[in-house]
Amino acid sequence: MSAPVALALAEVRKSFGKTAIIRGLNLAIAQGERHAIIGPNGAGKSTLFNLMSGRFGVSSGSIRLKGEEIAGLKPFEINRKGLSRSFQITNIFHNLTVFENIRCAVLWPLGYRYSFWRALSGLRDARERADEIIELIGLKGRREERAALLTYAEQRALEIGITIAGGAEVILLDEPTAGMSRSESDQAVELIRKVTVGKTLVMVEHDMSVVFGLADRISVLVYGEIIATGAPADIRANTAVQEAYLGTAVSHGGEDA
Amino acid sequence: MSTLRFKPLDTRRWTLWSGYALLLAVLPLVFRQGFALTLLCQIGVTTIFALSFNMLLGQAGMLSFGHAVYSGLGAYVAIHTLNLIGAGRLAFPVTLLPLVGGLAGAFFGVLFGYVTTKKAGTPFAMITLGLGELVAAMALMFPDFFGGEGGVSTNRVVGKPLLGFITYGPQIQVYYLVAAWLFICTAAMYAYTCTPLGRIANAVRDNPERAEFIGYETRRVRYLVMIIAGFFAGVAGALGAINFELVSAENLSAVRSGTVLLFTFIGGTGFFFGPMIGSVLFGLFVVVLATVTNAWLLYLGLFFVLMVMVCPGGVAGLLMLHLPLARARRLREMLPSYGLAAAAALVLLMALVLAVEMLYYHALEATGSGPVMRLLGVPVDVLSAPPWLLVALLAAAGAGLLRVARRAVLARWDRVLGEIAAGAGR
Repeated sequence: MSAPVALALAEVRKSFGKTAIIRGLNLAIAQGERHAIIGPNGAGKSTLFNLMSGRFGVSSGSIRLKGEEIAGLKPFEINRKGLSRSFQITNIFHNLTVFENIRCAVLWPLGYRYSFWRALSGLRDARERADEIIELIGLKGRREERAALLTYAEQRALEIGITIAGGAEVILLDEPTAGMSRSESDQAVELIRKVTVGKTLVMVEHDMSVVFGLADRISVLVYGEIIATGAPADIRANTAVQEAYLGTAVSHGGEDA
Repeated sequence: MSTLRFKPLDTRRWTLWSGYALLLAVLPLVFRQGFALTLLCQIGVTTIFALSFNMLLGQAGMLSFGHAVYSGLGAYVAIHTLNLIGAGRLAFPVTLLPLVGGLAGAFFGVLFGYVTTKKAGTPFAMITLGLGELVAAMALMFPDFFGGEGGVSTNRVVGKPLLGFITYGPQIQVYYLVAAWLFICTAAMYAYTCTPLGRIANAVRDNPERAEFIGYETRRVRYLVMIIAGFFAGVAGALGAINFELVSAENLSAVRSGTVLLFTFIGGTGFFFGPMIGSVLFGLFVVVLATVTNAWLLYLGLFFVLMVMVCPGGVAGLLMLHLPLARARRLREMLPSYGLAAAAALVLLMALVLAVEMLYYHALEATGSGPVMRLLGVPVDVLSAPPWLLVALLAAAGAGLLRVARRAVLARWDRVLGEIAAGAGR
């Protein structure tokens, strides 16, 4: 693997009180890679995302974004360095329109910061960028709708739109297809594929058909440790993974389909 | 890709704002009496104050229990400046005095906001409450600056008259000073809502956590909003100081902070113009009703509770609810059922007023003047049975009527709105 490393975690540990959730985790994700993290409930997947995005601080260890240490930084600082995340539970601006949701997400990267002396209507680049994103996530017809009034699948698309709008190079998606029907989930996969072209994608996902359809590499997280990392075919063939997790998950996937 | 939206003249906006300016200009020609003019001045000052309060509550989701701190301190700085001008130790036009108050408000926003805006939500509300008490207590500790119990008084007719004749002696000149600043401040505060910071403040209100993940430090957003709101509160404080020629500890008290919260909420926090409606209601309740009856605070409390329970969006929210009907030109169809509801409300109000006034009369005034009071010129014996029977009768009739009216309003509302939706779907 010759591509430079986008995100590197070394000996990362996180405990809440006496409970260790992440126990000495090492992971390197190459630039441009689509990386899925799978594992049983309670394995620490969401905690791992919260550490990488700055929602929680690490107990020890190092997280490097394009070589730069980000462990201990605040979420907005990490975001400004080029890492953006979505949430498992839809996390949007409910009382703003679709357009305003996306436009808010492009303001900082375009350099408008906390400006209160410029009219929003005059910011053509912000409007055009927001409209491009809305077109991309397929919500053009819902541009002026309040986010609270969107359907669940539309809100999930908006969630992804907010995440990618700022142009971050590293995108973390937390269960992007959770709670979706099969056809909605297929559409979401298409959308994710489309919007992460040329970017580094890290995602947590329970739906194995999504994982195996989308990921270049997969890491299996069990009880706060990564027990295997590799290409989808290797992970499928790995007996340790099958024993620990995959066997049950695949049969679950079968019931869904 | 995006549609070209070049509007050299947004006519609707121009009509609205010139209408507003015209209204402010002609109001004193309609209300000529001295009392009405004072009332208008007070409403104008309160409008600026309430709009600045809603920058926090409605637009940034910051519930402050101590906003009077900024208007009050702005007022103190302004009145001391005015006294310096009066003593001949400073040359500064009175016309621009609100700017001094505004800068003072912003300065204290920088100072206190640094602490208060570290937190959001309930902790923010609690800190502002504590800070308000702190500053109010300080006002009594430093009588040199705050004037102790009596406050600081002034004379606003100082310095050179503007254009040779504007001395701000006559109340009408003060009115136009307030009106001019009100117009400028309204425009500025509205413009603020259309800037990046104004919109991000909405985002922080809706979902502070998400805002952090799109690159915004929510603490910094709250801090900046606090400073700007402090500025406009200070402008309002200075105008109030010019109007009354007196500033006392009451100006920065919790009562003042509570009043602006109350009327901003009644007016409606969800829309920019909500607090403006709230300020007019403030004038009617606190200034007009208070001169008519001793029980005004009780009526105000009941009205507030009713608003919170029945229409939490305030008067503005209630009005905007009717926008789809007005667009479809079907507002008139609601009138019969609304008329019925109004009649029911009137009957209930009569029962309430009669009962409350009789009780107040009995408790406060009956000692010396006997049991007969005059209500709207009619003698009423508060200790006899007939008026109380009338109260019971009116209450029962009103309640019954209200049940019928409520059903009628809801049925008509659902039908009209349903037909509009069906028409739009076609």
